[in-house]
Amino acid sequence: MPVETQETAGRADEAVPSGLTPDGTRRSFLTAVGIACGALATALVAVPSAYFLLGLRESPRVWRPLGKVDDFKVGTTVEVAFADPSPLPWAGVTAQTAAWLRRESETAFKAFAVNCTHLGCPVRWLPEADLFMCPCHGGVFYGDGRVASGPPDRPLITYPLRVRDGIVEIETSPLPIAG
Amino acid sequence: MGVLRRTWAWIDDVTGLSASLGPILTHLVPRAQKTRWLYVFGSATLAVFIVQVGTGIALSSAYVTGSGQAYDSLLFISRSRVGSVIRGIHYFGASAMIVLIGIHAIRTYLMASYKHPRQVNWLTGAALLMFTILMAFTGQLLRWDQGGFWTAVVAAEQAGKTPFIGHWLGHFLLAGDTAGGATLSRFFAAHVFFIPAFIFAFLGFHLYLVLHNGISEPPKAGRPVDPRTYRTWYHAMLKKDGVPFWPDAAWRDLFFAMLIVILVVMLGIFVGAPALGKPPDPTIIQASPRPDWYFLWYFALLSMIPKWMENFVIVGGPAVFGLFLILLPFFGGKGERSPLRRPWSILIVAFIVTIIGYYWHMGVLAPWSPRMDAPPLPPAVVGVTTGSVADGARVFHQKGCEYCHLVSGYGGIRGPDLSDAGDRMTRAEIATRIFSGAQNMPSYTGNMSPQDLTVLLDFLESRHLKPPAATKRFPPR
Repeated sequence: MPVETQETAGRADEAVPSGLTPDGTRRSFLTAVGIACGALATALVAVPSAYFLLGLRESPRVWRPLGKVDDFKVGTTVEVAFADPSPLPWAGVTAQTAAWLRRESETAFKAFAVNCTHLGCPVRWLPEADLFMCPCHGGVFYGDGRVASGPPDRPLITYPLRVRDGIVEIETSPLPIAG
Repeated sequence: MGVLRRTWAWIDDVTGLSASLGPILTHLVPRAQKTRWLYVFGSATLAVFIVQVGTGIALSSAYVTGSGQAYDSLLFISRSRVGSVIRGIHYFGASAMIVLIGIHAIRTYLMASYKHPRQVNWLTGAALLMFTILMAFTGQLLRWDQGGFWTAVVAAEQAGKTPFIGHWLGHFLLAGDTAGGATLSRFFAAHVFFIPAFIFAFLGFHLYLVLHNGISEPPKAGRPVDPRTYRTWYHAMLKKDGVPFWPDAAWRDLFFAMLIVILVVMLGIFVGAPALGKPPDPTIIQASPRPDWYFLWYFALLSMIPKWMENFVIVGGPAVFGLFLILLPFFGGKGERSPLRRPWSILIVAFIVTIIGYYWHMGVLAPWSPRMDAPPLPPAVVGVTTGSVADGARVFHQKGCEYCHLVSGYGGIRGPDLSDAGDRMTRAEIATRIFSGAQNMPSYTGNMSPQDLTVLLDFLESRHLKPPAATKRFPPR
């Protein structure tokens, strides 16, 4: 703004009696009342809004069926998909989660999160090589989830598994984020 | 004419528009002489921002903010002729904003326009730069295809590296335990409400300050800024030699902005927005998330620095850059403005531009990414179609070797080029490497049968550079 405006504004300021004038007590009280009114009204709206915004949706951990035990051949690793514990109605395909399921023996299963432990990209299974490989930065994991090479420094995250009535079940878990 | 003029006279009389806005429009600005065309980038950024608001509103009228439907609504928009053009304009508008705000920031930095009394001009500009980057990031994510979905996941993982609050921050970005129904709404709200609200507020403040402090005059070597006398000097200079902003300087802003808008619209029509990828289905594992071009250099930087630095850079890099922008006007608020007297400022800009340029180049090549779509080696490369060498070539592909190693132009470039492995290494050396692995190569000790190893060694031993062929081809992604 042109400098003239500033000067005019300055003079106008001086014309207004400050809190030190005889009726200053009343003015400073009204100032405090005005600010307090504004602050209260703001807080009334801001607190619940912030609470709603910052609150995280925590899902329960539930067991989801993956398939019959006999559907998985010993020594193979296959992709399995299961639904979120409490999918939002509008989540569509994103309510699904993928995992790698490995049947190690007649009785032993292992389920790995597809997320590379480096930055979360989905690792792919190379069946012929018995390796997981991440397309982002070339992180490689052995079939049992150990780091084989590349940037990751932790093995693939595993999901809890159980077998009930001949059905392999997986326990849903939050996306693994290193904290 | 008479009616129009009378109507305007009445409106002006009851609103006082020309009395209040007229002086603002025609306020005096310094003659910029040779550097006058360097003053158009800020206003051009504003012009493209307005384009983004317009096209963004148009897109939002058809976009569905639901994790399950957003992709389909984008397909709908893209299949409509006008819709795809609007998407294209919005995409190239985003690109133009990033470029223009970058040039504007470099210009004000080189000319030291951040010095007294324009420190807060600079700070609000730095905030606007940050908001623009956030808009680019969230916007890329709203293209809720496979890339957008995994961008959310990778962003949450990167935020997770923040000390103390990382875990919470990561899940806050996802709006829950997993990337799903709530995630997209969160980013949509950020992209169309939160960040734009901040942009409008800071933009208003920024423009107010431009008027309040006046446009900075072109710097001159040997004419340092003295905070005690600067304002008096500046106003005397304007009174003596200033020109009215409208139309003397404003026409240049409008002319350049028009060129930029034409360019953005043309690119939107004839090149168009990036095609949608696969649907955002987490169970489609075949995904290779990569950022849009404006973040490619950063993606490359994170991929190429030594691993031990990674967590520091992910968190510390933006923090240091932000701190530099904030502290600059406080520690460099007075003194010489001319870049000729501040050679280090030229060096810093050259350094940053070189670094970004270099990592951009590397980001396009992405040598650290395995090429998991590499096809099996064709017979022309292998040389034979049967026998152990041909079997070895098959093993080379099946075991994933080819995803990282180049052979005669096929495969990845993460590991060494093996087109001439037979020239460089003995059979025993190759076998040792296959067994031992390396920092970025898995050990195949338990992952290769003796037969596979034999034929693989036969194949690799047969790799020789033939005189004319085997020029290295780095396939860009």
